[in-house]
Formats: sequence, C-alpha cells, structure tokens
Amino acid sequence: MALRQPMPEQDPKKRIHNFDEVALGYSAEQAVSEAERCLQCAEPGCEQGCPVEVDIPEFIERIKEGNFGDAIKVVRKKNHLPAICGRVCPYEDQCEKFCVLGKKEEPVAIGRLERFVADYERRKGFKIPSKPEATGKKVAVVGSGPAGVTVSAELAKLGHEVIVFEALHAPGGVLMYGIPEFRLPKEIVEAEISYIKKLGVSIKTGIVIGKTISVDELLEEFDAAFIGTGAGLPRWMNIPGEDLCGVYSANEFLTRINLMRAYLFPEYDTPVRKGKKVAVIGGGNVAMDSARAALRLGAKDVFIVYRRSEKEMPARQEEIEHAKEEGVKLKLLTLPTKILGDEKGWVEKMECVRMELGEPDESGRRIPIAIKNSEFTMNVDTVIIAIGQSPNPLISRMTEELQVAEQGTIVVDGNSMTSKEGVFAGGDIVSGAATVIESMGAGKRAARAIHEYISR
Amino acid sequence: MRIDEKGERIPLTIADFDAQKGTVTIIFQEVGKTTKQLGCLSEGDYISDFIGPLGNPTEIKRYGRVVCIGGGVGVAPIYLKVRALREAGNEVISIIGARTKELLILEEELQEISDEFYITTDDGSKGHHGFVTDVLQKLIDERKNIDLVATAGPAIMMKVVANVTRKHNIRTIASLNPIMVDGTGMCGSCRVRVDGKTKFTCVDGPEFDAHKVDFDHLMTRLQRYLKEEKLALERWG
Repeated sequence: MALRQPMPEQDPKKRIHNFDEVALGYSAEQAVSEAERCLQCAEPGCEQGCPVEVDIPEFIERIKEGNFGDAIKVVRKKNHLPAICGRVCPYEDQCEKFCVLGKKEEPVAIGRLERFVADYERRKGFKIPSKPEATGKKVAVVGSGPAGVTVSAELAKLGHEVIVFEALHAPGGVLMYGIPEFRLPKEIVEAEISYIKKLGVSIKTGIVIGKTISVDELLEEFDAAFIGTGAGLPRWMNIPGEDLCGVYSANEFLTRINLMRAYLFPEYDTPVRKGKKVAVIGGGNVAMDSARAALRLGAKDVFIVYRRSEKEMPARQEEIEHAKEEGVKLKLLTLPTKILGDEKGWVEKMECVRMELGEPDESGRRIPIAIKNSEFTMNVDTVIIAIGQSPNPLISRMTEELQVAEQGTIVVDGNSMTSKEGVFAGGDIVSGAATVIESMGAGKRAARAIHEYISR
Repeated sequence: MRIDEKGERIPLTIADFDAQKGTVTIIFQEVGKTTKQLGCLSEGDYISDFIGPLGNPTEIKRYGRVVCIGGGVGVAPIYLKVRALREAGNEVISIIGARTKELLILEEELQEISDEFYITTDDGSKGHHGFVTDVLQKLIDERKNIDLVATAGPAIMMKVVANVTRKHNIRTIASLNPIMVDGTGMCGSCRVRVDGKTKFTCVDGPEFDAHKVDFDHLMTRLQRYLKEEKLALERWG
C-alpha cells in the first residue's frame, strides 16, 4: 500500500513572516495517488464520521478516475462549504477516524481530497444548479456563520426565499472574524459565500437582529426564523489585571487581524498591538491561531500558557504541530493568577503557578492542581485570553419567550425549534462552542425541520 | 460606522432622527483619520457601513429637575436626552462646554428646548470662562434639589462632574465613549470598570452610574492606540 500523500506546506521559517496560507494543497497527481489508496469498502465507515453525510467513497472514486468535476458535484450534494471544511474540519476525529486503513497505517486523507476538489471547482468557475420553483415561503436567517449559511443553502435549494441578516459588515461569521488568513484565506470564504448567493440566498450585512430589527418584527414578515448567532462572547479568567492595556480577548485580537486586517496597518485603518513577548492563555485552536498570528505580527517570543499537559490540549494535533514548527513555545501545567502593569497601565508581567495533574474529571481529562510555593513571574508585553467563548447573548436578552439554558445556550426541541413558535436555532448558540462542521450538521437538521414546518 | 473597505469601525452617537424620512443625524468632530476623511465627503457620497442602533436606550421618566451636561462633541448625545426628558415632564437645565466657541454645537437647538441653558468655554470666548462644573457647582449651591445629572463628553470632564455630584449625593449618569470594534459584545475592547466589575460599554452601556465608573481606567484605555492613530492621520494627511 502506498503511503499517505504529504501536504505541501510553506516553509516554517518563511511563513512566520507572512499571513499567506500554510497548507498549499495537493497537486492533481497527488490527489489521484491518494484517491487510489481508498479501498472502496462495501460498508464504508468514513461516512458515519461526517456530520453532513458526504458520500465519501463516491467522490474519492471520481478523483481516482481523474473526474474532478464530478467529484465536487458529489460533495456539493451534501456540503455547501467544501473548500472551508477541507481546510478546518478535524477530519482525524471524524471521517478519517473511521477509515479502515487507519487501523494499520494512515487513513485516506479525505479532508485534503475534499479541499482539492473544492479548489479545483473554484479555479474552473462555479457551475450553479438550476433554480427550483419558488414556494412563496420566506425564512429569515440570523447570522451568516457555518450554521446560518448551511440552513440558507438547504432552504434555497428547496425553493424557499431566504434572507440572511449579518451583524458585522462581512458575511461568514467566525470564518471571517475568527479563523486567520494563514489557515483559511478570506478569499475562499468570500468565494463559498458567493456560491450560496448564487443559489438565490440574499445576505444583508450590518443588521443586528435584537437591535436594528427584533425577532418579533421578523416573524411578521417571514414564515420562520433561524437563529445561528454562534458563540461570540469571550470568556475571561477573572484574575486581577485582565483589563490592563495590552490584554486582549482572543476574539478582539483575531477580529482586529482577520476581519479588520490589522496586520496590514496602516494600509488598513484598524491597528493591533504588535507585542514582542506575548502570552496566549488557553490550549484550543483559537489559542493556536492567536499565538501564530502574534508571531506573524513580529513577536520575538510567543508562549502558549496552558494549565494541563499537551495531551489534554483541545487543539487539533495539526495546529499544535504547526505552532511548534513556527517557534511557539508551550508553557504547560501553568496557570496565570495575576497580570501586572506598569505605571502607565500597560502589561508588564504575569504571575503564574505551576500545576500537576490529579484524577480525571467528567470529561475524562485529568484535573490540574496548583503546586504549593511554585509561583513564578513571566515578563510579557501582551496577553491574549483564549479560554473559550460563550453563546452570544444579544438575541436572548432582547427576545422574551426564548428559553435559555444556564450557560446561555438557546434551548431547542428535537426539531430544532426554540420555545418560541416558528423560531429555530442551531450551531454554537445551541451547542456551545463547537466546530464548523458540527454547526453545519446542526444547520442541516434545522433546515429539514424548518422545511417541514413551513410546508405543513 | 465604517467609511470604506479599509476603514476602521468607529462608534458614533445618534444626535437626531426622523422616522418619517428614515434618516438619522450624526455629529462628529474631525480629530483622527476616519473623522477627517468623513469630513471630506459631500452630500450624495456613500459610506460603506452604518450599523445600529447599538447599546441600551436612555431610561426616560419623570425625575423632577435634571441637569444635562455635554462637553465638546458629547453635546450631540445630550440633545436627544434633553428633548425626551422635557417631553416626560422634567425641568431640564442644559450646560454645554467646549475648548473654544468655534467648537460649540447645537447651541440654538438646546437653548430652545431647555428650561435654562448655560455655555462655558475653556478660553472664555463665549459664555462662562471656565468649566461646565463651575456652572454645575453654582447651580447646586443655589438650588438644593437636583434630582438627576446626565453627562456625556470627554472622560476627564465626566470624571469631574461625577466628583462634584458625589459630594452632594446627586444621582449621575455618564455616557461612556471607549474604543470599540464590533459593537455587539463580541470583543471586549470597550470594557470598563464599573463598581469594581468589568462591563462591556457596547452591550451593557453606554450609560452607567457615574459615581461607580473608574474614569482613570477609561482614560488609560482610551490612549491604547495613540501612536497608531497619529501614524494613520499623518499617512492620510
């Protein structure tokens, strides 16, 4: 059996000086060779690992035949954001985890193949399926992230009129403000969104539902509404010094860089602090993104400060590897307890305590416990807090009758409907912060339920 | 508001609106790159994005005697408050201040709708030569029963207003103006300390109990991008 095709990548020494994409994508020859590794199992496991149910063996078979145009058609039947999923999905925990090859060697690189056919399609120019007959039903979608976009595409394909309301000035949600250019180029997000628009979906940016227009007002005009406003509320450590100058939530740091393009300041107007010694607190993908972005802004030292060990880090292995290759240093089993500022109110130091791991908690990860008398101080000029995001509370605060759980998530029934008749919800606003593909899966389920509801 | 594709998102206050025409009025002072560029636009030109209204509306009810204090471009948010408070049956005394008379705005409009109206300038070019708080202190000394003070303007002015009213235990509301990015509670750039707790001005404010706001902290955080603001302005100019 041939070995798994490696992903061509930008050299780490070069890439830390630019925001260009790190992974360069397979060549056609590589894609075909990789597709040839697929055993075409009679009962494929890979499909059960895909939250949007892509027919994986089928599209891989088309690649093997060199028929890339047909391959993307197979993917597009189920997945409306293939170029994005092919880049940011945690395939190793989904489709590829179930690949039978993975038992003895490395699984088929399904994610990379998906990216390959999606990129092939974009270069060739999109072929848009013919529009279905209009049903006369109207659905409002709040938020244009992965969940909202998926709901919209599914409903538009069924002939419903869909209007998406996006609070920011650009559609894409977390794909635009959260994930950096070097991992997901914004051009790709824009292209995928343009495909959704070609399906007939209309997107209105700069409208904050709950403020500009209320949910009740939406229901007067639309047959149903979907809330997919995501997990955009930054969590804090609640330690002293968090509101010093030079301390960012990862959301602010990344929004300035990704959405506002602060890395191109002063060509773009929005600035961001270019720290020399940067500490990023947290161990997830957002922490890795923040650390790698700080490096690219010119930081000399970037530390990931995480209270457990590398094994417990929630970030994808690939992201941790990329961060390490680029020179990000991991400060593990370390918990910040206080951020100290200079006389002008800027960050200067961070007090930390060393941790050890105790018994596993309910998530199965071992609980970190502070070691007595192990306090120490790090010199830093920028601190980025990346310990997670909570659901965006704006709509639930402004909408009566909307039942909200303790953690701020919106409660839905088995049909994705909230406690308010005709209002559906899905994605991170319901599940709490999760992945792009899980939100898309939720969007798909909600679309089915909305279709049934408005067609009844 | 974002002026164009490469523009920064900046928070502005709605100074007036006309629901029938579907328009809002904004007033801005040309201080940095974005506002100077905005000043170069003419009637019929476009700006890229305009989003709102954001934040929480002012609580308008019958308080009794209210003093509204606006400084510089902070007079703009005061104007709508004065109007609404008058309509709710309050006696409204307005005090507006600026560095010099050329920077005074909404003079006539405010004079017309206020029960009493005072102007102060730092250089004495118009009205009282001094600060808005001089007039406020005089009002407090003359008349004991002021039920509410509402203020908007430079952080230092609001801090001094709060210091004056705190001594006399007069409820005071300040409308804060920190640096914002999204304006929808996502980033925390606009976080302020109120009563020892961290609040997001964009979704929890913009108005807070002035006696509980840490104005020194607000002033420090307003200075975060001074260097970059200067660079952007020089490069544009």
